[in-house]
Amino acid sequence: MAISPDVIGRELPAVAVDVERGRLRFFAAAIGETDPVFSDLAAARAVGHPDLPVPPTFLFGLDLEASDLTALLAGLGVDLRRVLHGEQSFTYHSPAHAGETLTFAPRIADVYSRKGGALEFLVKETAVSRAGGTAVAELRSTIVVRA
Amino acid sequence: MIAVGTELPPLALPPISRTTLALFAGASGDHNPIHIDLDVARSAGLDDVFAHGMLSMAHLGRLLTGWVPQERIRSYRVRFAAITPVLAQPTCTGTVTAVEDGLATVELVVTLADGTVTLTGDAVVALHESEI
Repeated sequence: MAISPDVIGRELPAVAVDVERGRLRFFAAAIGETDPVFSDLAAARAVGHPDLPVPPTFLFGLDLEASDLTALLAGLGVDLRRVLHGEQSFTYHSPAHAGETLTFAPRIADVYSRKGGALEFLVKETAVSRAGGTAVAELRSTIVVRA
Repeated sequence: MIAVGTELPPLALPPISRTTLALFAGASGDHNPIHIDLDVARSAGLDDVFAHGMLSMAHLGRLLTGWVPQERIRSYRVRFAAITPVLAQPTCTGTVTAVEDGLATVELVVTLADGTVTLTGDAVVALHESEI
């Protein structure tokens, strides 16, 4: 089932998410991170971080949870088993740390098809900011759906 | 010294186990069952689960933050080229391809032991310190 281009430009509800130390330590362990800066508060502070830093790709998972992409795709009639992650990009504006509350504001940036409709693409962009409105990062996710 | 042609120290990962996939699903928030539930994978016509693309992107992130302080990374993007099967052994590599205006562009690749390229991408990294 084709994804309607009518969803292009749709803004999803902005969601505030707390960045937790424990979650960052769990993430560091899961990816085999050996640099103590990402799990040991003293090591992080020793190099100038106010708390454990958010590693480069961690915001993706928070974005996924905040924008409930699973429900969005299901609502568009997409079979999740046919979904692949095509591309992912991050643009960083200011480092984020444990203890912060970040706001995720996602929107559907583009929908298009290739190979005569055999592949459909959905591009989601999310702006991440902190209280006061300071920009933290922008995420761009390209999701591929196999017909 | 960062110059065109500089190669980052490669990061060789151990074989990607099912336990790693389960832990990464929980830790990252990527709960797509195709990566952790064999029944779902089979119902989609696959022989087995396969690794999250974002796990490999996180590994490439380790390559970057092991090389420069994280706050110098200005942008980072990848294209997912092939899936990573369970027990595959990825290696992350990076090469500086441009240096201009205080910024270096690093081309990034994840390659499996059998030569399959699973991710390609690039990052832009500032050459000098900035505020945390």
